[in-house]
Amino acid sequence: MKPEEIAALLNEPACAHNKKSKSGCAKPAPGATQGGCCFDGARNALLPIADAAHIVHGPIGCAGSSWDNRGTRSSGPDTYRIGMTTDLTDMDVIMGRGEKRLYQSIRQAVETHKPAAVFVYNTCVPALQGDDIAAVAKAAQEKFGTPVIPVDCAGFYGNKNLGNRIAGDAAYKYVIGTREPEPPPFEIPGVRRHDVNLIGEWNVGGEFWNVAPLFDELGLRVLCSFSGDSRFAEVQTMHRAEANMVVCSKAMLAVARKLEDDYKIPWFEGSFYGMRDTSEALRGFARLLDDPELTARVEQVVAREEARVEAALAPLREKLRGKRVLIFTGGYKSWSVVSAMQDLGMIVVATGTEKSTEEDKARIKQLMGPEARMISDNDQIALIDVFHETKADILIAGDRYIYPTLKSRIPFLDVDHVRRIGYAGYDGLIELARNLDQAVHSPVWAQVRSEPAWAAATMRRRPRAVA
Amino acid sequence: MAEILTPAKPLSVNPLKASQPIGASLAFLGVADCMPLEHGARGCTSFNKLYFMRHFNEPIALQTTAMDQTTTVLGADDNVVEALATICAKNAPKVIGLVTTGLSEMQGADVPRTVKAFRTQHPEFAHVAVVPVSASDTLGCLETGFAAAVEAMIETLVPRRPSGWKNRDQVNVLASASLTPGDLEELRAWIEAFGLTPILLPDVGSSLDGHLIDQGFSTLTYGGVTREEIERMADSAATLVIGRSMSRAADALQARTGAPDVRFDQLIGLQASDAFTEALAELSGRPVPAIFGRKRAQLTDAMVDCQFQFGGAKIGVSGDSDLLSALVEFFHGMGANVVAAVASARSPRLADLPIEDVAIGDLEDFETLARARGADLIVANSHGVEAARRLGATLLRAGFPIYDRHGAHADAWIGYGGTRRLIFAAANLLAAHYQELRPYISRYKQAAE
Repeated sequence: MKPEEIAALLNEPACAHNKKSKSGCAKPAPGATQGGCCFDGARNALLPIADAAHIVHGPIGCAGSSWDNRGTRSSGPDTYRIGMTTDLTDMDVIMGRGEKRLYQSIRQAVETHKPAAVFVYNTCVPALQGDDIAAVAKAAQEKFGTPVIPVDCAGFYGNKNLGNRIAGDAAYKYVIGTREPEPPPFEIPGVRRHDVNLIGEWNVGGEFWNVAPLFDELGLRVLCSFSGDSRFAEVQTMHRAEANMVVCSKAMLAVARKLEDDYKIPWFEGSFYGMRDTSEALRGFARLLDDPELTARVEQVVAREEARVEAALAPLREKLRGKRVLIFTGGYKSWSVVSAMQDLGMIVVATGTEKSTEEDKARIKQLMGPEARMISDNDQIALIDVFHETKADILIAGDRYIYPTLKSRIPFLDVDHVRRIGYAGYDGLIELARNLDQAVHSPVWAQVRSEPAWAAATMRRRPRAVA
Repeated sequence: MAEILTPAKPLSVNPLKASQPIGASLAFLGVADCMPLEHGARGCTSFNKLYFMRHFNEPIALQTTAMDQTTTVLGADDNVVEALATICAKNAPKVIGLVTTGLSEMQGADVPRTVKAFRTQHPEFAHVAVVPVSASDTLGCLETGFAAAVEAMIETLVPRRPSGWKNRDQVNVLASASLTPGDLEELRAWIEAFGLTPILLPDVGSSLDGHLIDQGFSTLTYGGVTREEIERMADSAATLVIGRSMSRAADALQARTGAPDVRFDQLIGLQASDAFTEALAELSGRPVPAIFGRKRAQLTDAMVDCQFQFGGAKIGVSGDSDLLSALVEFFHGMGANVVAAVASARSPRLADLPIEDVAIGDLEDFETLARARGADLIVANSHGVEAARRLGATLLRAGFPIYDRHGAHADAWIGYGGTRRLIFAAANLLAAHYQELRPYISRYKQAAE
């Protein structure tokens, strides 16, 4: 990929970040960098396409430690969980055999697994070698009769966010718009059906299944959830939706914007975390689809679900009320999780804004007041200092903070993408509240902070245990 | 003698292998006050960190030189200097392990020259040791990367004193990546029981065993062998080497210190335990403490009790060479039939195994072999769950990564006690898997009603 192509991807007119320096091209600090690479982000975005084969073109470093490690779930095929890599060796690199190996690998994947499509991810070593994966993909597609999509996402191009963008770009370029949707197998009598897409919903821990029944009930057919629990054929038909929702993902805005430019599909940004957000998401569709009957049905569903959630939450709310929570997640979640916590009657003492836009920050202020404490530094020690300073009761963050936090004997709740628990939708909020209650009130914390009586008396001369 | 099979297929499916940089970084995670630094794109480190976090349930000290588009093309030597300086200033480590990756190797990074540049530009950090390791992920596997890092630590940190004074009560231990933190804890106690003071290089047993420390969270390792201890290795009377993968590191250590070494392929099994105990008795000049007689009697009793479960059972084993070989020998020694063995990468030891063949391959090859030969129990990392389900075989988890079991890092299968626990674990799996005969109901039998 050429530098100007990367620059073009980073220029997203629909993104509030766009006016500032681009997060995707900010130079990472050697020796003090957290977070994944471009390949990581690109594969995460496309891997949930469950009936496709996903081939990582590179040496073992890229796929060997990372295959089948996502929390994304499929309701059907599990081809996406098979780890596939060309596992390039020294000889492949020295002799320049990478392209041939890739071509034969695609053949093997097609013949043994009969996938709906093959996604090929380029990585650092073949990118530096100059392997033309687009040409290989084209030749293989013609020869083997299965769509082969090249995703040029070598890790050194940039960070995960750029990878997300590259994935969206590849899907738009090679997949979306290549097939027309089938008529649905059933219609709700007397209800006008609308076709919609979700963009940037990954079905982590199957959490979208908390929400999907409501879409059915409302007469909203999800043409494609890009890409949680999706099928290749669904991604192909995304251009026929009447409305799009971008779910918690700035990096995927380009897909929505292009669908608007090329197919006049309106879109909005939303989230399924928390009760207010879930209700607002359903209302968002009603607003864009401009169907008074749908609006009425949405209000009915919202009223019913909110009443149900309120009833389920009442006892938990009693236990959580007044508990102080420190949230450290990026971007959209920096305020969507705030709103979910406030729904539960908890006090949000600070929130992380590492990857948040000006717009996100404005929403935080709206929710937490003008004095809202925002933490932009991702330093783990500093974060734990803030925790103590603000007298917080629990830290909510992504998985890379789990063990530093637990080592500090601090209650923790994981909201990242490798978790197995779904927190989306109305039922997700109930689950979240239950887990918060368990985490904050675990009897373990008091015990592990205690000192044994013998500690003061005994000099510990030998730090090592003798079994 | 086993025949080595190399399946000729272009695509690796469900990889068994983890990369050399992971193995090298793991070795540095067993050094106190250390930060491993991977010279590559940030993704290498991010993936590896998550991999270790899920295996050990621990925070993992690991950093990256974060090569980007410009530095990949124009040269990333400055990244290395900057990363070293940043880590020294921010984290104040005593040792930094500088691990190359396929990307930096291919780019042609000149690491020794770069370390020199760092020394010239940053004399204020002269007290921080930097250990460079070449660990391309286009070669080898986790085990070989680990061994390469140990060799590099010896070359960089152990003073050359081949004919100096030796401490009769001190021994060095070079144990391969196949030993868990639990194993190393057991190993230390085993050696200390003979009045010897071991220095384990590296010692993930004291850093990744999972323990809370008073200060809470640390950005560096939570324990491990100290730099001073590594320097004192030059004074040890002897070196104990466990695992064939450590041979080159052992040669290097012997050349530097002049101390004799005793090499063991493995410490799982009765005979291996006997041999190691005997060696400790000889090195220490002390009689074997009575407790070992008792432990040995317990192990032999377990062997007698459980041999029914193992006899004729068909076993598949996968993993890096040292672990694979140890377990193949173990099952073979218990009377089981190892029908499928798949190693992630080549190694000289594989040909010595007492089975027909060993394949170099991935978990797909393993599954195919195990199916064709009807394995009852398979040994694999956590990725083997799906294969075991499809095969209808029972799964014994071993190797890296194990992310779906709590406390796997604490499992200790070495020595008399460890082998006994392994016997019970495998026997229980086989017993639970045993298919009783289906009832046959005679055609002549009258229905009850």
